[in-house]
Amino acid sequence: MVNLGFSIGDLQFKNPVLTASGTFGYGQEFDDFLDVSRLGGIVVKGTTLEPREGNLYPRMAETPSGMLNAVGLQNKGVDYFENSIYTRIKSYNTNIIVNINGSYIDDYVNLASRINKLDKIPAIELNISCPNVKKGGMAFGTNPRSAREVIKAVRAASTKKLIVKLSPNVTNIVDFARIAEEEGADSISLINTLLGMSVNVQKMKPALSTITGGLSGPAIKPIALRMVWQVANAVKIPVIGMGGIMTASDALEFILAGASAVQIGTASFIDPQASIKILEGIEKFLNQKGFSDIREIVGFINHKS
Amino acid sequence: MSKRIEDLKVIGNKRLNDDFFIIELTGEQKLPDFKPGQFAQVRVDGSPDTFLRRPISIHEVDLGRNTFKLLIQIAGKGTETLSGLKNGDMLNLVYPLGNSFSLPAENEKVLIVGGGCGVAPLLFLGKYLKSNGHTPDILLGFRNMERIIEYEQYLKIGKVFLTTEDGSMGEKGYVTDHSVLTNSTYERVYCCGPDSMMRAVAVWCKKNNINCEVSLENLMACGIGACLCCIVDTVKGNLCTCIDGPVFNTTELKW
Repeated sequence: MVNLGFSIGDLQFKNPVLTASGTFGYGQEFDDFLDVSRLGGIVVKGTTLEPREGNLYPRMAETPSGMLNAVGLQNKGVDYFENSIYTRIKSYNTNIIVNINGSYIDDYVNLASRINKLDKIPAIELNISCPNVKKGGMAFGTNPRSAREVIKAVRAASTKKLIVKLSPNVTNIVDFARIAEEEGADSISLINTLLGMSVNVQKMKPALSTITGGLSGPAIKPIALRMVWQVANAVKIPVIGMGGIMTASDALEFILAGASAVQIGTASFIDPQASIKILEGIEKFLNQKGFSDIREIVGFINHKS
Repeated sequence: MSKRIEDLKVIGNKRLNDDFFIIELTGEQKLPDFKPGQFAQVRVDGSPDTFLRRPISIHEVDLGRNTFKLLIQIAGKGTETLSGLKNGDMLNLVYPLGNSFSLPAENEKVLIVGGGCGVAPLLFLGKYLKSNGHTPDILLGFRNMERIIEYEQYLKIGKVFLTTEDGSMGEKGYVTDHSVLTNSTYERVYCCGPDSMMRAVAVWCKKNNINCEVSLENLMACGIGACLCCIVDTVKGNLCTCIDGPVFNTTELKW
């Protein structure tokens, strides 16, 4: 029996496979395909104080080994989440994490305070890295001073475990990881999507209504892996790696590079069972290699032998 | 109805013309109880250019033989690859997805309007209506005679009216120009085809106070309501084509 568990402070996760925000709905969308309670955790769709309609269609474009999206945080707002969604999903036997977003620091603080009252939500993921909104989002996560301000403010407003989700669209992501750790984050998740674009040649116009959007999928995996490795070597808090993970082998790359856990994102669009298959593959790998605890291989490539 | 992910076996691949082909599939398990209007998300293996699944509507179902068909238009690399499938090849599907056309009331006068690739979901609908005691009329529009597909199949369902843009067969013009629209009265229209055609039909239905449902084809990633990419602007706000559609009553759409 392999121990797959990991923890963020005193918060236990049964295994290191979580689903990434915006790629797994609220879990229920996947009920026909898998038992959500088998997952280490689910990070639900990015939530804001007020309902948001998101960006205009088209907001998606397929690209080689990946996709661009410009959804723009479409969601029904925290009231709807609390009254209609939370009541349905709180019975999942897994850690439900809410990804929080805002245009202003006050939005983040008010939202964090609202989520703080929900018993079955043990952690929040602070999204300062959404590339698809005009105000807030990535603007916070690409400026060290505003990143520090928003993390500090949310930390003060929330007693939940605080995971800060970083943007890769910066010169040195380690600076932002250190800021998050200094301001009391319990964990860091990375990477959000990379800013990209695509042009429809036949129509002679941008593929997305917003022109630019966030690139995800295997196309970004080597960049994500490099950033996770850099950050894991720079901070002491647990790092959750993501970016183009499609298979257990991909997930193991992140873990061997220093991630304590992974999030599965775009893969769930192609195979709704991807997260569970990756979990099973990680367990199989540990058994084959004779490890009894996943923590033995976290950051393995950095260990001096 | 429960959605599933499954490897299905190709037991037929029939080329209709340069642009269209029909794949027939069967599975080891009993197939689900499909509803007309639903679609499948088809995985195209083998190339980084076909990363996402392709949404394809269910064209025909034969539960007795445990088979169903997908009518596919070659529109890019993914569908090009699918056109080369051979008998015995396996195809991975996430299905059945989406809502379905609503059934007409008894004795309601029904017209099915299809154009181009839009004939794909409507054949299943037509057969379904017929087996439920309805006798729909069918109006099909194509660019020219060479591009007419599935005409004989529709003849088995009801009276078929035809338009071609160049007049090479049937009446010349678009479906909305056809004389049947002025000579007959309908109480319900089901439509699928190019966006411009569906909008024109929706406008005509609105003017004549006819209940109209259209099947939309938006760019899609997941097909199960998770990614929020395939949205359509409706009177209820943004809805997902994949779970709230693909069938919408045109009174819901901001057309």
